[in-house]
Amino acid sequence: MRRYSAFAIAREATRYHTGWERAWRAPEPKKEYDVIIVGGGGHGLATAFYLGKNFGITNVAIIEKGWLGGGNTGRNTTIIRSNYLQDPSAAIYEKARSLYETMSQDLNYNVMFSPRGVIMLAQTEHEIRGYKRTAHANALQGVTTEWIEPAKVKELCPIIELKGPRFPVLGGLWQARGGTARHDAVAWGYARACSDMGMDIIQKCEVTGVEQSNGQVTGVETTKGRIGCKKLGMVVAGHSSALAEMAGFRLPMESVALQALVSEPIKPVMDVVIMANTVHGYLSQSDKGEMVIGGGTDAYNNYTQRGSFHHVEETVRALNETFPMLSRLKMLRQWGGIVDVTGDRSPIIGKTPLGGCFVNCGWGTGGFKAIPGSGWAFAETLAKGEPGELAGAFGMERFIEGRFIDESVAAGVAH
Amino acid sequence: MLLLTCPNCGIAAEETELGAGGEAHITRYGAGSADDDFETYLFMRKNARGVHFERWRHSNGCGKWFHAARCTMTLEVFGTYSAQTFEPPKDLIKKIKKKRPDWEGFVK
Repeated sequence: MRRYSAFAIAREATRYHTGWERAWRAPEPKKEYDVIIVGGGGHGLATAFYLGKNFGITNVAIIEKGWLGGGNTGRNTTIIRSNYLQDPSAAIYEKARSLYETMSQDLNYNVMFSPRGVIMLAQTEHEIRGYKRTAHANALQGVTTEWIEPAKVKELCPIIELKGPRFPVLGGLWQARGGTARHDAVAWGYARACSDMGMDIIQKCEVTGVEQSNGQVTGVETTKGRIGCKKLGMVVAGHSSALAEMAGFRLPMESVALQALVSEPIKPVMDVVIMANTVHGYLSQSDKGEMVIGGGTDAYNNYTQRGSFHHVEETVRALNETFPMLSRLKMLRQWGGIVDVTGDRSPIIGKTPLGGCFVNCGWGTGGFKAIPGSGWAFAETLAKGEPGELAGAFGMERFIEGRFIDESVAAGVAH
Repeated sequence: MLLLTCPNCGIAAEETELGAGGEAHITRYGAGSADDDFETYLFMRKNARGVHFERWRHSNGCGKWFHAARCTMTLEVFGTYSAQTFEPPKDLIKKIKKKRPDWEGFVK
């Protein structure tokens, strides 16, 4: 792989950019791999990357039924933060956030990580108490967050209306090291690095069956034929239930549609991320100038990658109250993604009833921020056959043991 | 927007008038049952891609619960029926089979 650098740009500029090579290869699948990862989104690609980087396992295939990063990796609002309440969540999300800081250097691919800061607005008395509690919990966990008063919110985000008609801004939880990154670049950067390590990225290849013998996984049936494997990692978000069914077990989750929209591009008006959970809207401005707006999930099972119109209406209404100056913006695009939501709103990472088959799913409405941490933890799980310190608490046996990692406050709003 | 006809009051209600209640016809286990059964009852869901039987409440209307059969891949509504039943009505199953010949049928 030829490295990207200022020198490379200068070199290519002198020869009409004819020397750029493909970022990743497009091979036909081999007969067998040590590890097959189903799902070529951020989480799957990050898993493959850390399998190679941390454990030297490179005989790996990443199988994707569509195109790389075309699922929720390409459909989120790119927010990165780690201000979670429970210790296991704070640990894995903080690991992810810290890996985002050096990701561009690690991958030699500009993921445009922008630690611009995230404010979670408190607009009810309950939220004030909840976020102060979270700030204290974060202090114990070593995650730097801070409770801020309304005046500070206004200073950080001048376009905000503090005295909204329904829910005035009463303060906020501020994580200065949170921010955003370029979502596609995260998938592409990992893919390029994985391909460089000799891993095969196989797109437009759908898994149609999971092959097993004596309770051990032996391969997968795909639209490109049978591919054998010693270990199988399932990282397919909204379609996890369907894949689990092929492997003969069920998962404690339901798939729902989550939607987002972007406005026409405008000049820079805000350089932080704002999340307003009570009125249900969250907002940031992309480098292109579009206001990126996250909406809510539908309440019913859905695989259609489009959400209900009334949720868009609710989201826009909330934003108009909190940011009146945005009321005349035209919206350019709206889209939906299928998210896999578990009972306690925390992910599932770990073993399954099928030997050699591991699962990483249930990231629900907030998976993008977790991509590097999730990949790091799941790679360890796959390599050692047992979840390590980061993934340990996220096994699906927690539902039978009643040992939940309840993040319904941190994740109560889609994010 | 989903339109479901409430079988209790006969009104064709929009999604905003209704509350979604999750998968229908699940087996409920109470105190003293095995951990596995309790987990299945509380957390394990079919999460079907395709035909899905589910509970709805006409919350901003007559307030009563009912059941609906809906396709999660297309959002097509096959029909609604009373909640006072253990399985979907036979004529509804027949209607769905006609529209979705590959459907495996109702599995409790």
